[in-house]
Amino acid sequence: MEGVLSAAEFQALALSLRVALVAVLADLPFAFLAALALARCNFRGKTLLDGVIHLPLVLPPVALGYLLLVSFGTRAPLGAFLLQNLGIRFVFSWTGAALASAILTFPFQVRAIRLSLESQDAGLTEAAQTLGAGTLDRLFSLHLPLAAPGIIAGLITAFAACLGEFGAIITFVSNIPGETRTIPLAIYTAIQTPNGEAAAARLASLSILLALGGLVLADVAARRARAFTGR
Amino acid sequence: MSTLVSLQHRLGAFRLDAAFEFGGAPRVTALFGPSGAGKSTIIGAIAGLFRPDSGRIDIDGETLLDTERGIFKPPRTRRIGVVFQDTRLFPHMNVRANLLYGWHRAAPRPSGKTIDRVIALLGLNPLLERKPRTLSGGERSRVALGRALLMSPRALLLDEPLASLDAARKAEILPYLERLVRETEIPMLYVSHSLDEVARLADRMVVLHEGRVAGDGPLFEITARLDLFSGAHLLPGAVLEAKIACHDELHGLTELLLAGETLVVPRVNRAAGNKVRIRIDADDVMLALQRPEGVSANNIIPATVAAIREDGANADVQLRLEDAHLVARITRRSRERLALRPGLSVFAVIKSVTVGGREQG
Repeated sequence: MEGVLSAAEFQALALSLRVALVAVLADLPFAFLAALALARCNFRGKTLLDGVIHLPLVLPPVALGYLLLVSFGTRAPLGAFLLQNLGIRFVFSWTGAALASAILTFPFQVRAIRLSLESQDAGLTEAAQTLGAGTLDRLFSLHLPLAAPGIIAGLITAFAACLGEFGAIITFVSNIPGETRTIPLAIYTAIQTPNGEAAAARLASLSILLALGGLVLADVAARRARAFTGR
Repeated sequence: MSTLVSLQHRLGAFRLDAAFEFGGAPRVTALFGPSGAGKSTIIGAIAGLFRPDSGRIDIDGETLLDTERGIFKPPRTRRIGVVFQDTRLFPHMNVRANLLYGWHRAAPRPSGKTIDRVIALLGLNPLLERKPRTLSGGERSRVALGRALLMSPRALLLDEPLASLDAARKAEILPYLERLVRETEIPMLYVSHSLDEVARLADRMVVLHEGRVAGDGPLFEITARLDLFSGAHLLPGAVLEAKIACHDELHGLTELLLAGETLVVPRVNRAAGNKVRIRIDADDVMLALQRPEGVSANNIIPATVAAIREDGANADVQLRLEDAHLVARITRRSRERLALRPGLSVFAVIKSVTVGGREQG
């Protein structure tokens, strides 16, 4: 890799993968709970919750970046609180990039998991009930394993979407080499730089390779998951 | 060990209002009736998967449901095993994990010996590592039976376990069900609309018609009742008990003793002296006023007309032979031609006898 990519480009690749991985894994438990609530429960405000979860899909990423900046900036109450009490700083940090990516790709995971929960046969729930399984027991022995294909599909879709995130990251955490400059930001920087076309082309090719690899991985994982759930 | 069921429920135009008891002595009760009679609703209510408008269910003195007192035990605490028609095996678990799902959650948990016994009883050993997807319909039914047995249920509800299987698969699984009925002590409610299955497995019968209990009693009595079957789109057919007299190895036949008369049937694979259950469908019985001569039928039995019920072009005739009953379905015209009336002595010419079912005694 070192021979093909420059040190800075390699750094952008590693950062992109790290940001995406942290974002999707941090999302997963919340996405599962949200999907469970939407698929299995009826409550007041369900439509509102559904709307809020899907908001990032229709909101301009730059707008989201701005909202994050005004709430998590070190002078904003929330940002100041996190910094002073927990030592957590999101602005101008890769963790901020991960936060923005996590919020933006949350709906992908919720949708995929929700579909796989809704397609589960209600008869299996009844069978598990008669066999002595309570609600939490059924969640872990039945619903969670049977949702595996949806969870994996959601993870991979969200991961791919994270790799392409640009607007929210550059607005919220800026474009700092080695800290917040992911592949899309590196491509943007290369285009802005005189004689940067070759670097932009290499990074763009890298993006295509990552996307193709992701698709193959998604296909294999989906097949494995389907075989596991016995379909 | 007895379960008392009394349920009332209204769903659109359908009204369920049924009360019966099962699981005392005898142990196996058939809940019998055509589709839409309310059988599955009753099963759902007993299992706790469905809450009726009003009703009460007691098992061994414990109240599972009492709408008046506001008692509703959730299904997971009821310890009532259900074998669903569509088996409902967990697709992500292999057969072993499916079998042990209820076992793990049972209290008291059946011993390891019980597991081995159930696996042997249902012939599940070669299937243990396989996923439900790779099993045939009959194999899936056996696993579903095993799973319900291993939760150590207080009662077992079998909701048309054979209805989704073809004739060959049914023939494959029926012997397992018969063994299950013979070798376990669990009270069972067997839901079916097939008289054949009921005749082979049950001792008592509750006949459901449009949400109401139309008949409730010993199998041999219920199956010979004309009022339950005529006109209910069901073919009446008597279920009787006969004793194996001897085997005719030369012709591959067996002679049965029924109410002092001899019935000849294809070779039965059981020793002489045993009792077997036989079923004689009403349209396999012809009636004659004198003993017919020179006919191919082997089985001609003298009987007395007990009752007649006419329905459309048909006339169903209940015949008494000592303490047993037969039913013959003839045309109304034949009935008039023969001037059949209760008390008349006739000869029943039996064209076909189905032998099968539990060994008695």
